[in-house]
Amino acid sequence: MKLNTLIASAFLILVAPAAWAESNITVMHPTAFETAPTAMAGGGFMHISNDGDTDDTLLSVEADFPRVELHTTEFTDGVAKMMHVEGVPVPAGGMVALEPGGYHVMFMGLQGDPFEVGETIPATLIFEHAGEVDITFEVVERTMEHNH
Amino acid sequence: MKAVIIGTTTLIAAAGLGLYTWNVSQNAKQTPCGDTAVASSAIGGPFELVSETGETVTDTDVITKPTLVYFGYTFCPDVCPLDSARNAQAAYLLEDEGYDIGTVFISVDPDRDTPQVVGDFTENFHENMIGLTGSAEQVSVASKAYRTYYRKQDGDDEYYLVDHSTQTYLMMPDTGFATFFKRDHTPEQIAEITACFMDTEV
Repeated sequence: MKLNTLIASAFLILVAPAAWAESNITVMHPTAFETAPTAMAGGGFMHISNDGDTDDTLLSVEADFPRVELHTTEFTDGVAKMMHVEGVPVPAGGMVALEPGGYHVMFMGLQGDPFEVGETIPATLIFEHAGEVDITFEVVERTMEHNH
Repeated sequence: MKAVIIGTTTLIAAAGLGLYTWNVSQNAKQTPCGDTAVASSAIGGPFELVSETGETVTDTDVITKPTLVYFGYTFCPDVCPLDSARNAQAAYLLEDEGYDIGTVFISVDPDRDTPQVVGDFTENFHENMIGLTGSAEQVSVASKAYRTYYRKQDGDDEYYLVDHSTQTYLMMPDTGFATFFKRDHTPEQIAEITACFMDTEV
Protein backbone atom coordinates (compact mmCIF):
# COMPACT_ATOMS: atom_id res chain seq x y z
CA MET A 1 0.00 0.00 0.00
CA LYS A 2 2.76 2.34 1.00
CA LEU A 3 4.64 1.48 -2.13
CA ASN A 4 1.55 2.02 -4.23
CA THR A 5 1.04 5.46 -2.73
CA LEU A 6 4.65 6.27 -3.40
CA ILE A 7 4.33 5.20 -7.01
CA ALA A 8 1.10 7.15 -7.35
CA SER A 9 2.72 10.26 -5.87
CA ALA A 10 5.71 9.92 -8.12
CA PHE A 11 3.42 9.52 -11.07
CA LEU A 12 1.48 12.64 -10.08
CA ILE A 13 4.66 14.66 -9.68
CA LEU A 14 5.88 13.59 -13.09
CA VAL A 15 2.63 14.10 -14.92
CA ALA A 16 1.01 17.00 -13.14
CA PRO A 17 3.37 19.80 -14.20
CA ALA A 18 2.84 18.90 -17.83
CA ALA A 19 -0.91 18.94 -17.37
CA TRP A 20 -0.92 22.29 -15.58
CA ALA A 21 1.53 24.03 -17.84
CA GLU A 22 -0.71 23.70 -20.82
CA SER A 23 -0.35 25.73 -23.93
CA ASN A 24 -2.88 25.13 -26.64
CA ILE A 25 -1.31 26.09 -29.93
CA THR A 26 -3.16 26.74 -33.16
CA VAL A 27 -1.32 27.67 -36.34
CA MET A 28 -3.21 29.60 -38.99
CA HIS A 29 -2.41 30.25 -42.66
CA PRO A 30 1.16 28.98 -42.91
CA THR A 31 2.21 30.54 -46.22
CA ALA A 32 5.40 31.12 -48.18
CA PHE A 33 5.76 33.44 -51.14
CA GLU A 34 6.87 32.17 -54.52
CA THR A 35 10.50 32.88 -55.33
CA ALA A 36 12.58 33.55 -58.42
CA PRO A 37 13.98 30.44 -60.17
CA THR A 38 17.51 31.06 -58.89
CA ALA A 39 16.50 32.26 -55.41
CA MET A 40 18.68 31.05 -52.57
CA ALA A 41 16.24 31.78 -49.75
CA GLY A 42 12.52 32.06 -49.11
CA GLY A 43 10.34 33.33 -46.30
CA GLY A 44 7.57 31.57 -44.38
CA PHE A 45 4.75 33.35 -42.55
CA MET A 46 1.84 32.36 -40.26
CA HIS A 47 -0.26 33.32 -37.27
CA ILE A 48 0.13 31.35 -34.06
CA SER A 49 -2.42 31.53 -31.25
CA ASN A 50 -2.12 30.12 -27.76
CA ASP A 51 -5.45 29.35 -26.08
CA GLY A 52 -3.76 27.75 -23.09
CA ASP A 53 -2.96 29.33 -19.74
CA THR A 54 0.83 29.19 -20.08
CA ASP A 55 3.14 31.36 -22.14
CA ASP A 56 4.87 29.37 -24.83
CA THR A 57 7.77 30.02 -27.18
CA LEU A 58 8.34 28.90 -30.75
CA LEU A 59 11.93 27.71 -30.50
CA SER A 60 12.69 26.48 -33.98
CA VAL A 61 11.34 25.18 -37.26
CA GLU A 62 12.45 22.02 -38.97
CA ALA A 63 12.03 21.43 -42.70
CA ASP A 64 13.91 19.73 -45.49
CA PHE A 65 16.38 22.52 -46.31
CA PRO A 66 20.09 22.96 -45.57
CA ARG A 67 19.16 25.54 -42.97
CA VAL A 68 15.93 26.89 -41.47
CA GLU A 69 15.96 29.77 -38.99
CA LEU A 70 13.59 32.14 -37.24
CA HIS A 71 14.33 35.72 -38.13
CA THR A 72 13.02 39.17 -37.48
CA THR A 73 13.67 42.48 -39.18
CA GLU A 74 14.42 45.66 -37.30
CA PHE A 75 14.36 49.08 -38.87
CA THR A 76 16.55 51.93 -37.69
CA ASP A 77 16.51 55.18 -39.68
CA GLY A 78 15.40 53.36 -42.80
CA VAL A 79 18.07 50.66 -42.50
CA ALA A 80 16.73 47.11 -42.37
CA LYS A 81 18.66 44.70 -40.21
CA MET A 82 17.57 41.10 -40.34
CA MET A 83 18.37 39.08 -37.26
CA HIS A 84 18.31 35.48 -36.18
CA VAL A 85 16.08 35.11 -33.09
CA GLU A 86 16.33 32.37 -30.47
CA GLY A 87 12.56 32.15 -30.06
CA VAL A 88 9.25 33.78 -30.83
CA PRO A 89 7.13 34.27 -27.69
CA VAL A 90 3.49 33.17 -27.90
CA PRO A 91 1.80 34.50 -24.75
CA ALA A 92 -1.01 32.61 -23.02
CA GLY A 93 -4.33 33.71 -24.46
CA GLY A 94 -2.51 35.66 -27.15
CA MET A 95 -1.47 35.50 -30.75
CA VAL A 96 1.74 36.25 -32.59
CA ALA A 97 1.94 37.11 -36.26
CA LEU A 98 4.86 36.09 -38.42
CA GLU A 99 4.32 38.53 -41.26
CA PRO A 100 6.33 40.47 -43.82
CA GLY A 101 8.45 43.15 -42.18
CA GLY A 102 8.67 41.30 -38.86
CA TYR A 103 9.12 37.74 -37.66
CA HIS A 104 9.50 35.14 -40.38
CA VAL A 105 10.81 31.67 -41.03
CA MET A 106 13.80 31.77 -43.33
CA PHE A 107 14.36 28.73 -45.53
CA MET A 108 17.95 28.79 -46.74
CA GLY A 109 19.73 26.85 -49.45
CA LEU A 110 16.97 26.64 -52.08
CA GLN A 111 19.51 26.54 -54.89
CA GLY A 112 17.87 25.12 -57.96
CA ASP A 113 14.52 24.33 -56.35
CA PRO A 114 12.52 27.56 -56.04
CA PHE A 115 9.15 27.93 -54.30
CA GLU A 116 6.42 27.65 -56.90
CA VAL A 117 2.77 28.63 -56.50
CA GLY A 118 0.71 25.65 -55.37
CA GLU A 119 3.70 23.83 -53.90
CA THR A 120 3.49 22.75 -50.28
CA ILE A 121 6.32 22.67 -47.74
CA PRO A 122 5.94 20.30 -44.80
CA ALA A 123 7.55 21.59 -41.61
CA THR A 124 7.59 20.96 -37.89
CA LEU A 125 7.36 23.77 -35.37
CA ILE A 126 9.11 23.11 -32.06
CA PHE A 127 7.52 24.83 -29.04
CA GLU A 128 8.96 25.02 -25.55
CA HIS A 129 5.78 23.58 -23.98
CA ALA A 130 3.53 22.36 -26.76
CA GLY A 131 6.37 20.37 -28.28
CA GLU A 132 6.22 19.45 -31.96
CA VAL A 133 3.45 20.77 -34.18
CA ASP A 134 3.39 19.61 -37.80
CA ILE A 135 2.25 22.16 -40.36
CA THR A 136 2.30 22.63 -44.12
CA PHE A 137 3.28 25.90 -45.75
CA GLU A 138 1.45 26.73 -48.92
CA VAL A 139 3.31 28.67 -51.58
CA VAL A 140 1.28 31.63 -52.81
CA GLU A 141 1.72 34.57 -55.16
CA ARG A 142 2.75 37.87 -53.64
CA THR A 143 -0.48 39.64 -52.71
CA MET A 144 0.75 43.00 -53.97
CA GLU A 145 1.27 41.53 -57.43
CA HIS A 146 -0.63 43.39 -60.10
CA ASN A 147 -3.17 41.41 -62.08
CA HIS A 148 -1.94 41.99 -65.59
CA MET B 1 -18.15 105.36 -35.31
CA LYS B 2 -17.84 102.08 -33.45
CA ALA B 3 -19.33 100.31 -36.46
CA VAL B 4 -16.75 101.89 -38.73
CA ILE B 5 -13.89 100.71 -36.47
CA ILE B 6 -15.27 97.19 -36.35
CA GLY B 7 -15.78 97.24 -40.09
CA THR B 8 -12.23 98.42 -40.71
CA THR B 9 -10.81 95.85 -38.31
CA THR B 10 -12.70 93.12 -40.08
CA LEU B 11 -11.42 94.36 -43.41
CA ILE B 12 -7.81 94.39 -42.18
CA ALA B 13 -8.24 90.93 -40.70
CA ALA B 14 -9.71 89.66 -43.95
CA ALA B 15 -6.88 91.23 -45.94
CA GLY B 16 -4.37 89.68 -43.56
CA LEU B 17 -5.93 86.26 -43.93
CA GLY B 18 -5.91 86.68 -47.69
CA LEU B 19 -2.24 87.60 -47.69
CA TYR B 20 -1.47 84.65 -45.43
CA THR B 21 -3.35 82.25 -47.69
CA TRP B 22 -1.55 83.66 -50.73
CA ASN B 23 1.80 83.20 -48.99
CA VAL B 24 1.02 79.61 -48.06
CA SER B 25 -0.02 78.78 -51.61
CA GLN B 26 3.19 80.37 -52.92
CA ASN B 27 5.27 78.26 -50.56
CA ALA B 28 3.28 75.18 -51.45
CA LYS B 29 4.18 75.70 -55.09
CA GLN B 30 7.85 75.15 -54.31
CA THR B 31 7.18 71.62 -53.09
CA PRO B 32 3.97 70.66 -54.82
CA CYS B 33 4.38 66.93 -54.74
CA GLY B 34 3.99 65.89 -51.18
CA ASP B 35 5.73 65.14 -48.01
CA THR B 36 9.03 63.54 -48.84
CA ALA B 37 10.88 66.33 -50.61
CA VAL B 38 14.25 67.01 -49.06
CA ALA B 39 17.11 69.30 -49.95
CA SER B 40 19.30 66.50 -51.23
CA SER B 41 20.41 67.37 -54.71
CA ALA B 42 23.60 65.46 -53.85
CA ILE B 43 21.75 62.12 -54.04
CA GLY B 44 22.48 60.17 -57.18
CA GLY B 45 25.19 60.60 -59.78
CA PRO B 46 27.47 58.55 -61.97
CA PHE B 47 27.78 54.81 -61.48
CA GLU B 48 28.98 51.86 -63.48
CA LEU B 49 27.33 48.51 -62.83
CA VAL B 50 26.65 45.18 -64.54
CA SER B 51 23.26 44.46 -66.12
CA GLU B 52 21.22 41.24 -66.10
CA THR B 53 22.85 40.25 -69.38
CA GLY B 54 26.36 40.81 -68.04
CA GLU B 55 27.00 44.09 -69.82
CA THR B 56 28.63 47.03 -68.11
CA VAL B 57 26.15 49.92 -67.95
CA THR B 58 26.27 53.46 -66.59
CA ASP B 59 23.64 55.59 -64.89
CA THR B 60 22.79 57.29 -68.18
CA ASP B 61 22.15 53.90 -69.83
CA VAL B 62 19.83 52.90 -67.02
CA ILE B 63 17.97 56.07 -66.04
CA THR B 64 16.53 57.02 -69.43
CA LYS B 65 13.14 57.99 -67.98
CA PRO B 66 11.76 58.78 -64.52
CA THR B 67 12.91 55.79 -62.47
CA LEU B 68 12.36 54.30 -59.02
CA VAL B 69 15.74 53.12 -57.68
CA TYR B 70 16.06 50.66 -54.79
CA PHE B 71 19.09 48.98 -53.19
CA GLY B 72 18.74 45.49 -51.71
CA TYR B 73 19.84 41.87 -52.06
CA THR B 74 18.09 38.78 -53.30
CA PHE B 75 18.98 36.50 -50.37
CA CYS B 76 16.68 38.62 -48.23
CA PRO B 77 13.33 36.82 -48.29
CA ASP B 78 11.26 39.42 -46.52
CA VAL B 79 11.93 43.14 -46.85
CA CYS B 80 13.48 43.32 -50.34
CA PRO B 81 10.76 41.34 -52.14
CA LEU B 82 8.12 43.28 -50.24
CA ASP B 83 9.58 46.66 -51.23
CA SER B 84 10.29 45.53 -54.79
CA ALA B 85 6.74 44.25 -55.21
CA ARG B 86 5.49 47.57 -53.84
CA ASN B 87 7.62 49.55 -56.33
CA ALA B 88 6.50 47.30 -59.19
CA GLN B 89 2.90 47.84 -58.18
CA ALA B 90 3.43 51.61 -58.17
CA ALA B 91 4.91 51.31 -61.67
CA TYR B 92 1.91 49.31 -62.88
CA LEU B 93 -0.44 51.95 -61.45
CA LEU B 94 1.49 54.71 -63.22
CA GLU B 95 1.58 52.78 -66.50
CA ASP B 96 -2.17 52.30 -66.30
CA GLU B 97 -2.46 56.08 -66.23
CA GLY B 98 -0.13 56.48 -69.20
CA TYR B 99 3.10 57.41 -67.38
CA ASP B 100 6.35 55.89 -68.65
CA ILE B 101 8.19 54.87 -65.49
CA GLY B 102 11.21 52.66 -64.90
CA THR B 103 12.16 50.54 -61.89
CA VAL B 104 15.70 49.56 -60.89
CA PHE B 105 16.98 47.13 -58.24
CA ILE B 106 20.68 47.49 -57.36
CA SER B 107 22.24 44.62 -55.43
CA VAL B 108 24.35 45.37 -52.38
CA ASP B 109 25.42 41.72 -52.26
CA PRO B 110 27.55 41.37 -55.42
CA ASP B 111 29.27 38.20 -54.14
CA ARG B 112 26.09 36.14 -54.33
CA ASP B 113 23.96 38.20 -56.70
CA THR B 114 25.22 37.28 -60.16
CA PRO B 115 23.62 39.05 -63.15
CA GLN B 116 21.37 36.02 -63.67
CA VAL B 117 20.22 35.86 -60.04
CA VAL B 118 19.39 39.57 -60.02
CA GLY B 119 17.65 39.23 -63.40
CA ASP B 120 15.46 36.36 -62.16
CA PHE B 121 14.66 38.25 -58.99
CA THR B 122 13.49 41.43 -60.73
CA GLU B 123 11.63 39.52 -63.46
CA ASN B 124 9.45 38.14 -60.71
CA PHE B 125 8.09 41.57 -59.84
CA HIS B 126 7.87 43.52 -63.08
CA GLU B 127 8.86 42.39 -66.57
CA ASN B 128 10.73 45.67 -67.11
CA MET B 129 12.41 46.01 -63.72
CA ILE B 130 16.16 46.38 -64.28
CA GLY B 131 18.41 44.38 -61.96
CA LEU B 132 21.98 45.56 -61.50
CA THR B 133 24.99 44.11 -59.73
CA GLY B 134 28.72 44.55 -60.21
CA SER B 135 32.07 44.24 -58.55
CA ALA B 136 32.34 45.11 -54.86
CA GLU B 137 33.95 48.37 -55.93
CA GLN B 138 31.24 49.25 -58.48
CA VAL B 139 28.46 48.58 -55.98
CA SER B 140 30.23 50.63 -53.34
CA VAL B 141 30.52 53.62 -55.70
CA ALA B 142 26.82 53.41 -56.64
CA SER B 143 25.76 53.09 -53.00
CA LYS B 144 27.87 56.08 -51.99
CA ALA B 145 26.41 58.16 -54.82
CA TYR B 146 22.92 57.48 -53.44
CA ARG B 147 24.12 57.77 -49.87
CA THR B 148 22.75 54.36 -49.01
CA TYR B 149 24.12 52.15 -46.30
CA TYR B 150 24.87 48.45 -46.44
CA ARG B 151 26.95 46.14 -44.33
CA LYS B 152 27.49 42.41 -44.55
CA GLN B 153 26.82 40.80 -41.19
CA ASP B 154 29.65 38.88 -39.55
CA GLY B 155 29.82 35.17 -39.04
CA ASP B 156 27.97 33.04 -41.47
CA ASP B 157 30.00 31.88 -44.48
CA GLU B 158 27.32 30.82 -46.92
CA TYR B 159 24.09 32.17 -45.45
CA TYR B 160 25.19 35.63 -44.32
CA LEU B 161 22.76 38.53 -44.07
CA VAL B 162 23.22 42.13 -45.19
CA ASP B 163 21.94 45.23 -43.39
CA HIS B 164 20.87 47.87 -45.87
CA SER B 165 18.93 51.09 -46.44
CA THR B 166 15.37 50.65 -47.66
CA GLN B 167 14.58 53.99 -49.29
CA THR B 168 13.39 54.11 -52.86
CA TYR B 169 14.63 57.08 -54.91
CA LEU B 170 12.73 58.79 -57.69
CA MET B 171 15.36 59.83 -60.23
CA MET B 172 14.81 61.96 -63.32
CA PRO B 173 17.02 61.48 -66.42
CA ASP B 174 17.87 65.19 -66.76
CA THR B 175 17.48 66.69 -63.32
CA GLY B 176 18.48 63.74 -61.16
CA PHE B 177 17.07 63.24 -57.69
CA ALA B 178 13.42 64.27 -57.22
CA THR B 179 12.35 62.66 -53.94
CA PHE B 180 12.57 59.46 -51.94
CA PHE B 181 10.04 57.06 -50.49
CA LYS B 182 10.14 55.20 -47.22
CA ARG B 183 9.01 51.68 -46.52
CA ASP B 184 5.59 52.74 -45.28
CA HIS B 185 4.64 54.51 -48.50
CA THR B 186 1.93 52.57 -50.30
CA PRO B 187 2.01 51.85 -54.05
CA GLU B 188 -0.81 54.38 -54.45
CA GLN B 189 1.13 57.12 -52.63
CA ILE B 190 4.26 56.46 -54.66
CA ALA B 191 2.27 56.50 -57.90
CA GLU B 192 0.52 59.74 -56.97
CA ILE B 193 3.67 61.61 -55.87
CA THR B 194 5.68 60.29 -58.83
CA ALA B 195 2.93 61.35 -61.25
CA CYS B 196 2.99 64.82 -59.67
CA PHE B 197 6.76 65.12 -60.21
CA MET B 198 6.42 63.86 -63.78
CA ASP B 199 3.66 66.40 -64.47
CA THR B 200 5.80 69.18 -63.01
CA GLU B 201 8.82 68.14 -65.10
CA VAL B 202 7.07 68.51 -68.44
